[in-house]
Amino acid sequence: MTMLAPPAARVQEPTRSGGGRGGSVVWMVLPAFGMFVFFGIIPLLGVLALSFTTWNGYNEIVPSGLDSWRAALTDPGLPNSLWVTFLIMALSWLVQTPLSILLGTFMARQSRYRGFLAVFYFIPLLLSSAAIAITYKALLDPNFGLGAGLGIDALNQDWLGQANLAIGVLIFVVSWQYIPFHSLIYQGAVRQIPKSMYEASQIDGAGRVRQFFSITLPQIKFTIITSSTLMVVGSLTFFDLIYVLTAGGPGDATRALALQMYRLGFQADLMGPASAIAVILVLVGLGLSLLLRRIGGRADDSQMEGA
Amino acid sequence: MKRRNFLSLSAGAAAGAALTACGSSGPKEKDTGGTAAKGGATYWSLSGLPGEPIRKAAVDRFNKANPDTKIAGEFFQNDAYKAKIKTSIGAGQGPTMIWGWGGGGLKSWVDAGQVEDLTDWLAKNAAVKDKILPSSFGAGTVNGKVYAMPVETVQPIVLFYNKKVFDQVGVQPPQTYGDILDLIPKFNAKGIAPFSLAGQSRWTNMMWLEFMLDRQAGSEVFDNVFAGKANAWSDPAVLDMLTKIQDLVKMNAFQRGFSSTAADANADQALLYTGKAAMMLHGTWSYGIQKANGGKFVADGGLGWMNFPPIDGGKGDESNTVGNPGQYLSISSKATPEAKETAKKFFATTLVDEEEKAGWVKSGGVPVLKNSDSLFTGDEAQFLKDVSAIASGAKTFAQSWDQALSPTAAETLLNNIANLFQQKMSPQEWVDSMNGVIGK
Repeated sequence: MTMLAPPAARVQEPTRSGGGRGGSVVWMVLPAFGMFVFFGIIPLLGVLALSFTTWNGYNEIVPSGLDSWRAALTDPGLPNSLWVTFLIMALSWLVQTPLSILLGTFMARQSRYRGFLAVFYFIPLLLSSAAIAITYKALLDPNFGLGAGLGIDALNQDWLGQANLAIGVLIFVVSWQYIPFHSLIYQGAVRQIPKSMYEASQIDGAGRVRQFFSITLPQIKFTIITSSTLMVVGSLTFFDLIYVLTAGGPGDATRALALQMYRLGFQADLMGPASAIAVILVLVGLGLSLLLRRIGGRADDSQMEGA
Repeated sequence: MKRRNFLSLSAGAAAGAALTACGSSGPKEKDTGGTAAKGGATYWSLSGLPGEPIRKAAVDRFNKANPDTKIAGEFFQNDAYKAKIKTSIGAGQGPTMIWGWGGGGLKSWVDAGQVEDLTDWLAKNAAVKDKILPSSFGAGTVNGKVYAMPVETVQPIVLFYNKKVFDQVGVQPPQTYGDILDLIPKFNAKGIAPFSLAGQSRWTNMMWLEFMLDRQAGSEVFDNVFAGKANAWSDPAVLDMLTKIQDLVKMNAFQRGFSSTAADANADQALLYTGKAAMMLHGTWSYGIQKANGGKFVADGGLGWMNFPPIDGGKGDESNTVGNPGQYLSISSKATPEAKETAKKFFATTLVDEEEKAGWVKSGGVPVLKNSDSLFTGDEAQFLKDVSAIASGAKTFAQSWDQALSPTAAETLLNNIANLFQQKMSPQEWVDSMNGVIGK
């Protein structure tokens, strides 16, 4: 009895003092907000502060004004890294989005064999990026890999040793890893489309293809925005996969911004310029997600016209 | 029912024991962060063959002899270690004993006040100092003071070759650089890569530049760079060397896909012992790796080696070599006095004892410890004698460039070397870029 008494009292309290429904919910944000401030905002401010200093990682931190920014922005590696980053972003979006939508639509229909296949599609997402990278690196090795082992010349290319091929392989591996995730998002979205829409269009004589373009695609518009935001912003932070697969090479052909940051900070001992690049990364990420929200239009637009 | 109860009870007890085990190992793990309690010390070094078992054996030997002041060893892959050690030291989480390559990296730790000055300690313990080859102290010395104790082995870089492949193609090992140029098309015609190179690791490519420049112009050019003289890279010999390197790449001197081959996976050595490549420029530690991984390749006498051949008309002394005059252990200045004492005891006893010497010899390495020639017996005798002769007979034993220079300059160097091999940078651009980081 005594054990039960305090919880009962606690349950009563909010209903008594809360008055409205909304006022008492704010505290629920606190844990997440606390985590975000502690692990997101504070390190971010730290990096911003570091970008105005000179530091090699173990010596004294010396404030040096804009020196680090100047060094980071005049580094000949920066334009290349920006280009590589945008290339990876654009290409991986172009490959992943259509495939994910198609797979998601396919998996959305309830039938047993589709559910069975969906389990297999999901497997790559369960593997760590490092493990995937090590596996592909071994498979694609021109001397000991799949092509050499099976004696198939078409497979036996210098996959990771030529700039264009290396980018292509990277896009392929990224897509292979993340398409399952985005398919899952689209599957959920397609299942939410009211059946009545398809039934009505069927009466009007629309075929499968017409239904896909006239109902499915417009209905999952917001999901496309969500998924694209995740892809685009996520591709800014690709590090482990690239680092293990190519280490930014050959030369600097796959050295995305995150790798350039790592190279300056941890290999060249230039924490200041590395922090400046980190700030650039954050700004680019923020800008892109805001842009995508704009493109998506106002969230209160109705998607259910005519339903 | 009773039996089941008993089982679940014992399972519970086991889980409980596991939990308490976790509980007690937790704090111990934390101690490895540089501040070991009760005189215990921590030691970080490289994993992998052939070194790791010998390093572990040394730690075990010390712990057995000193049960009260134990050393905890942790081992990391080469490229990963280079990144981890910097971050850990910066965060004050470094080990008591810091393993390194000396040179520019050591200097940056000295400048940051992170490592102990061992000069006085070595002066007091002359017996310890006398056991180590004097030439190995150079890269552990900064501004005339010794900050790192030379340990492990002397590692010049040599030209390894696969004798079976040479027999198969019917050619002789090269005597000069001209011979190398003649051999390249012959091996390529048979579908064998003339040279194996782990280009993704970049320092592997650098070994080519080091030898080519040395044979072409002697050790003075890089000495000037090291001394921080302005525009030291502008020596015409450098341009000539860089052009020769790019010519080698154009001639397909290196295996297909060399720029995506990483040294950490030892794929470059695998190419040599599987006969897919004929030659490989690599550090002498590669001998142990090939012996361990190559099946009977080394035992059957398949592996040949030599110092890098002279370039016709080159000014460099052909006895010169490049590589690691030793590996280096420093003591963290942030460690507790007790941990420092333990580390010094480790230096003065275990690391200079006969077992240590024998262990490295057995792995196919020439120890930094004196008087190891008598141990050169058995299968490795010839290799060890030759390496010892190369190391002690060298007019100049230059330190690897990336280790000699500061981390900042070294990273630019490695980046530019990778781009040079990719033909993405011309020799002149390379020189201009490198002149920009002299003395940095």
